[in-house]
Amino acid sequence: MNQRYVYILAALLTVIGSSVFFYKWQVLGFPVTEDQETAVWTVESAVHFDSGPGSIKVQLHVPSLTPGFRMLNENSVSRGYGFSLNYGSGGREAQWAIRRADGEQTIYYRISVYEDGSVDESDTTPPFPPKPVINEPLNTAVEILVDDVREHSADTTSFTTELLRRMNEASPDSNVELLLSGVSSSADFVDVVTMVLASARIPARMVHGFPLAGRQRSASLVSWLEVHDGDQWLYFNPATGEQNLPERFLIWWRGNEQLVNVAGGSNVQVDFAIQENHLDAVTIAETQAAQRGTAAVDFSLYSLPIQTQAVYSVLLMIPIGALIMVIMRNMVGIDAFGTFMPVLIALAFRETKLFWGVILFTLLVTLGLTIRFLLDRLRLLLVPRLSAVLIVVVILMLFISLTSHRMGMDSGLSIALFPMVIIAMTIERMSVVWEERGPADAIRAGLGSLVVAVAAYIFMGMQWLEHLIFTFPELLLVILALVVLSGRYTGYRLTELRRFKELSSR
Amino acid sequence: MFSVAKSLRAAGVLGLNERNAEYIMRLNPRRLYPRVDDKVLTKQLALSAGMAVPDLYGVIAHQAEVRNFSAMVAERDSFVVKPAQGSGGDGILVVTGRSQRKRDSFRLSSGMLISEGEIQHHLSNIVGGQYSLSGNRDKALIEYCVRFDPTFAEVSYQGVPDVRVVVYRGYPAMAMVRLPTRASDGKANLHQGAVGAGVDLGSGRTMAGVLDDLLVDEHPDTGALVADLEIPQWDFILESSARGYEVTGLGYLGVDMVIDAERGPLILEMNARPGLNIQIANCAGLTGRMQRIEEIFDAASRPAERAAIARTEFSA
Repeated sequence: MNQRYVYILAALLTVIGSSVFFYKWQVLGFPVTEDQETAVWTVESAVHFDSGPGSIKVQLHVPSLTPGFRMLNENSVSRGYGFSLNYGSGGREAQWAIRRADGEQTIYYRISVYEDGSVDESDTTPPFPPKPVINEPLNTAVEILVDDVREHSADTTSFTTELLRRMNEASPDSNVELLLSGVSSSADFVDVVTMVLASARIPARMVHGFPLAGRQRSASLVSWLEVHDGDQWLYFNPATGEQNLPERFLIWWRGNEQLVNVAGGSNVQVDFAIQENHLDAVTIAETQAAQRGTAAVDFSLYSLPIQTQAVYSVLLMIPIGALIMVIMRNMVGIDAFGTFMPVLIALAFRETKLFWGVILFTLLVTLGLTIRFLLDRLRLLLVPRLSAVLIVVVILMLFISLTSHRMGMDSGLSIALFPMVIIAMTIERMSVVWEERGPADAIRAGLGSLVVAVAAYIFMGMQWLEHLIFTFPELLLVILALVVLSGRYTGYRLTELRRFKELSSR
Repeated sequence: MFSVAKSLRAAGVLGLNERNAEYIMRLNPRRLYPRVDDKVLTKQLALSAGMAVPDLYGVIAHQAEVRNFSAMVAERDSFVVKPAQGSGGDGILVVTGRSQRKRDSFRLSSGMLISEGEIQHHLSNIVGGQYSLSGNRDKALIEYCVRFDPTFAEVSYQGVPDVRVVVYRGYPAMAMVRLPTRASDGKANLHQGAVGAGVDLGSGRTMAGVLDDLLVDEHPDTGALVADLEIPQWDFILESSARGYEVTGLGYLGVDMVIDAERGPLILEMNARPGLNIQIANCAGLTGRMQRIEEIFDAASRPAERAAIARTEFSA
C-alpha cells in the first residue's frame, strides 16, 4: 500500500517534470546543450519618396508565409505615420498613412527572422487558374508553345522545366521570341512564364525575396517561380529551370503586384539592408514562448538578475549532489560524516578545483583534529569546545591562506570557501568517533566523506548538466522522484555484499 | 555481484536498507523511542513490568546535582556510571572498588585509580550531553555493578559480556553473546572489536563466533574456545526478552542482558535499532525467521509462550 503511493508519486513527478521539459525542448526550442547560437537575420526595408501636397498612403508588401524561417519580431519606424498590418491578395501588407507631410520621407520596416526547418508553408491548394484571355497574335504563340512543351513533358515539374528551358534558350524559336519581346526585367519574364503556365491550367505565381547571406547593405530582390503540382508548391529558378529555392531564401511577398504603392508621393525607391546576428538560442526560445503566451517564460531562471542567476546555477546543482549522496550511502553503503557535509565540501571544490580541494580539505581536517585532541586535555564542556574548534578552523584557514600566498601558490587562498562550521562539526564528530571506535573507523569515515564529496563534485561540475538543470529546472522533479524511489530501496548495499560474504557462501 | 546479492537473498539475510525501511519504520514508531533511548525510563518500565534490572543508586539530571554524587555512593564500593542516552557503551565508568587509603579515590575495572573530582567531571560531561545520541543534555545513572557469572570468564577480556536477543513482534528471533576483547577495550560492541557468538535458541548453547565480520573459533585474547558454552537460565532470558515487547511496544527490538553471579540475568538496556552482525554470528539470516514469526504471530500469547515457541521454532 505504502509502496504503491511511493511509485505513484514518483511516476507523477517524473511525468510532470519530463513533460514540461519536453514541451520546452521540442516546442519552444529551449536548447539542451550549452552555447547553442542561432543565426538571426534582420532585414530592413527603407521606403524613400518625395511627399506630395495631400495626404499620403504607403502600402508595402511584407513577409507573411516564410518557409524555412520563423519570425522573431518586426517593427516599423515612421515618424508621424499611422501604421497597420493588413492582409491583401499577395499576403501581408504594411500600411502607413499621414494627413500631411513635407519634403523627402523615409519609412522603415524591419523584420528579424531565424532559420527553423519546422516552419512549413501552410498555404492552401490553389484552384486551377482560368485560361487567361490573351490577344492575338500572342494567343497563338502561347497555344503552340503549350502544345509543344506538353508533348515533351510528363507532369507539372517536367512541363515547367521544359518551358523554362525553351524560354531561356540563347536563340529561342519565333513563338518564344514573340512572347518575350516586351520583357525588360526578370519580374516581367516570370510574369510571362506564369501566363503561359496559366494557359496550361497550371497554378503558378511569382515569389520575391532574397537569399540571406551575411551582411548586405543593399540587397536586391530576386524573383522566383512557384508552381503548384497539386500537392505542394515547387520552386523554380526562372533563369535556368533548376528546381528548388536558393539557400536561405527569405520570401518577401508573392504575386505580380508592385512591392510598394505610394499614394500621394513620387520618386518612390525601396532599399533593403540585411544584417546577420547570432543570438543565444535561449533568448530566441524565450521570445517565442512570450509570443505564444506560455507560462514557461514567466518561470524561467533567465528572467532573474544576472547575479541571482549565478547563485541559482550553483544552488540548482545541490539536488544533484544530494542524489549522489543518496546513491553513495544507501546503495553503495559508504560511511560519511554528516548527512550533507560531502555535498557542501563538493560545492567548495568547485572553487578550489579537485586537486587542491582534496589537499586543502585533508590538511585542514588533519590540523583541526590534532588541535582538537590537544583541546581535549583541557576537559572543556561541549558547546565551548565546539566553538573553540570552530575558531581554530577559522584561524587554520587564515594561516593556510597566508602561508600559501607567501609561497606564491594562490590555490591556497580558495580555502576560504570551505564551509567552516561544517568542517568544525566534522572535526568534532571525527574526534569523537576516533576515541570511541578507534582511529580506523574515524579515518574510514573521513575518507568515505571525501570519496562521496569527490563523486558529488564530479557530477555537480558537469557543465552540460548545469546548463540542463538551469534551463529546465523542472528536471528537479525527476531528481526528486529518483530520491523518493531510492528512499524505498530495500536491497543490499554494495558494501554489505562484502560484509555478509560469510553468509552467502553457505 | 548480483549472484552474491541473490545468494544472500536466498539465505534470508537482512540488509540495512531493508531493516530500516521494512522493519524499523513500520514497527518502531518514533514516539516509543524514548522508552529505549532513555535508560532511566527503560529501567522504570522494566521494573514496573516485574523484570530484573540492576538496582538504581541515583540519577544526576542537572549540573547542580553533580555534587550529590559522593552522598549517592557513600554506602557503595562498586557501581557503574553511565549516560541515560548513551550509545554503544560510550561514557560508561565501571567502578569496582575504593582505594585502600583514600575513601574518595576509586578503582576502575581496568585497575586504574580515579579521583572523585575526575568522576564528577565525567558526570558533568554526561549531563552536558557529550555522550548522548542527539548531543542534547542528558542524565547520568549510577547503578549496581554487575559481578558477572563465571560462565564467560574464559572468553572475556575485562569488561562485561552480555547476551543480545533480537525480538520480533514479541518473539525471540535470534540471539548472540557478545564477548569483550582487548581491542574492544572491554566493551561488548561488535563494531568496536568484541567477539560475537551466535546462540542456538533451542539449547541456549553458543555456536561459532564472529570477529570483524569473519568467523572465529577462539577468543583472540584468551584463546579459549567460544563455541558450546551453556548460557545459564536460558529460559528466563528468552522470556524476559519476549516481555521487552510488552514493555516497549517496539516490534523490532534488541534486548541486552547481563548475567549476574548472584541475581541471575538482568536487563541492561534495550535497543530500537539492533545491528545486523547477529546474522553473521549465527550464520543465518533474520528475514526467514521474521517471516516465520509473521505466520505464527498471535497477539494474545504471553511472553513465556512466545519464548517457548521460539525455542522450538528456531532450534538448530
